[in-house]
Amino acid sequence: MPDPLLTLANVESAYGPVRAIRGVSLSVPPASIVAVLGANGAGKTTILKTISGIIDPQKGSVHFKGEAIHGMDPAGIVRRGLCHVPEGREVFPMLSVLDNLMMGAYTRTDRDGVRRDLEQVFGYFPILKERAKQQAGLLSGGQQQMLAISRAIMGQPELMLLDEPSLGLSPKLTREIFDIVVRINRERGTTLLLVEQNAAIALEVADYGYVLEVGRIVMEDTCERLREKEDIREFYLGMKDAGARGERRWKRKKTWR
Amino acid sequence: MQLLQVLIGGISQGCIYGLIALGFVLIYKATEAVNFAQGELMMLGAFCGLGFSTALGLPYWAVLPCSVLAMGIFGFLTEALVLRPILGQPAFALIMVTIGVGYVARGLITMIPGIGTETHVFEAPFHDEVITLGPLVIGMEQAVIIGASFLLCGGLFALFRYTRVGVAMQAISQNQLAAYYMGIPVKRLNSLVWAISAGMAAVAGVLLAPVTFVHANMGFIGLKAFPAAVIGGFESLPGAIVGGLIIGIVEALAGFYLPEGFKDVAPYVVVLAMLMIRPHGLFGTSMRKRV
Ligand SMILES: Nc1ncnc2c1ncn2[C@@H]1O[C@H](COP(=O)(O)OP(=O)(O)OP(=O)(O)O)[C@@H](O)[C@H]1O
Ligand SMILES: [Mg+2]
Repeated sequence: MPDPLLTLANVESAYGPVRAIRGVSLSVPPASIVAVLGANGAGKTTILKTISGIIDPQKGSVHFKGEAIHGMDPAGIVRRGLCHVPEGREVFPMLSVLDNLMMGAYTRTDRDGVRRDLEQVFGYFPILKERAKQQAGLLSGGQQQMLAISRAIMGQPELMLLDEPSLGLSPKLTREIFDIVVRINRERGTTLLLVEQNAAIALEVADYGYVLEVGRIVMEDTCERLREKEDIREFYLGMKDAGARGERRWKRKKTWR
Repeated sequence: MQLLQVLIGGISQGCIYGLIALGFVLIYKATEAVNFAQGELMMLGAFCGLGFSTALGLPYWAVLPCSVLAMGIFGFLTEALVLRPILGQPAFALIMVTIGVGYVARGLITMIPGIGTETHVFEAPFHDEVITLGPLVIGMEQAVIIGASFLLCGGLFALFRYTRVGVAMQAISQNQLAAYYMGIPVKRLNSLVWAISAGMAAVAGVLLAPVTFVHANMGFIGLKAFPAAVIGGFESLPGAIVGGLIIGIVEALAGFYLPEGFKDVAPYVVVLAMLMIRPHGLFGTSMRKRV
């Protein structure tokens, strides 16, 4: 096993009195795709925000490429090669598509590299090239998601955090975007940490998965094996009929701890 | 022809309002705070200019960049040391702090013995020159104000449109969180916006000084630049300039055609009328970022 690119050890983060994640430990090996699954409010977004320095953890440590990055400011973390595609796209609505992409490359000084990455991004998402001069706020939701992913690529990350890229997209577009996400991983060698509600597709593309419930990690395994687990099939892939679901869930949950 | 003469006077005064209004708008867009010390920054800029020219004996053309630089540093530090610590508090707190900064600035100036409470003449080398265009006579001071304002606006436009830092400033004002995600140094750029605003106030101060003299209360002109920013929509840079010109021209016309006293009320009447017709201002948009 190579040294992990990213390690979280016992991380706890809170919003004021609300403790959102408790004792989260996970590791992401280089060049892999790792998925974190969990229901609404489980704390998935909080984990990613803690990694990229938007919020500081109260306890625990975050190491990236062997260096402690918790408590560092977000700009420093981006410069070290870690880019975040936030939940809900968060494009700059009144800037052109091209300017949005260039903002993704704000921390870079290698003009040639930026130009090359721009070409590659336009290769992944030709629609962005067509709309390069248009305001980003006028793109459709799916196109904005493409822009958000592309903008992060422009930062030339070694590790990319993806927060629910399928949010609000049709199944077809979700599939298209995930195909590109996998290509980014294979062709650019970018490591991906992916957060998803759409467990089916996340388990399909990822190598390793963590299951998060109310701020704690309750299960982890290779995605191959996760796909076979009965709890996962039932609660995340919806493969059993809804019968006595409430009661069942309660019992199952115990076996995860 | 007399009307044209009055108009030119109004335009040059309007440029000054516009420059100060630009400062309001820049800071508002970047930090969502209204900087009520903008007029006082102009006053400090004028005193800076006075100091450079009388104490150091610098020529007028050198005084301008030196004052801009000095006020730029002052603006940068004000943001970094006074405003940043209370960032995240309600907008109300930020506004109170800027009002406080204004009072302190005025207080500090009046405390300078022998200088602060006086009214000073600050003569530009071209102060009695005129440009004659047929029957039209334009004072050189007015021409310089108009010319310099337009150059400055052009520069500002280029900064925001074509430079990386300028586009990043726009990005911050549109989605600050996303700017953090991109690794844009949001705090440093906000300080820079303050520096630019203060620098522009210094230009306004040094340009206005030969016309109105230099005194501790000249910052109250900010109260007229504020309506200019409101007319422009408070979020639009061209709007601030146009708003400034409108206020300047209305004021000049009111001063010329209407009885004494109307001149000072006119800008506010215009603002009220504007707010009734177009609540978002001339250039304001009701377009918000998509949900
Ligand atoms: N800004 C905030 N202030 C206070 N509490 C918050 C804030 N953001 C999130 N929380 C709380 O923290 C917990 C975890 O939120 P988080 O956004 O990480 O969930 P999530 O797993 O990303 O959910 P979703 O799938 O709905 O995006 C929730 O209970 C939420 O209410
Ligand atoms: Mg979330």
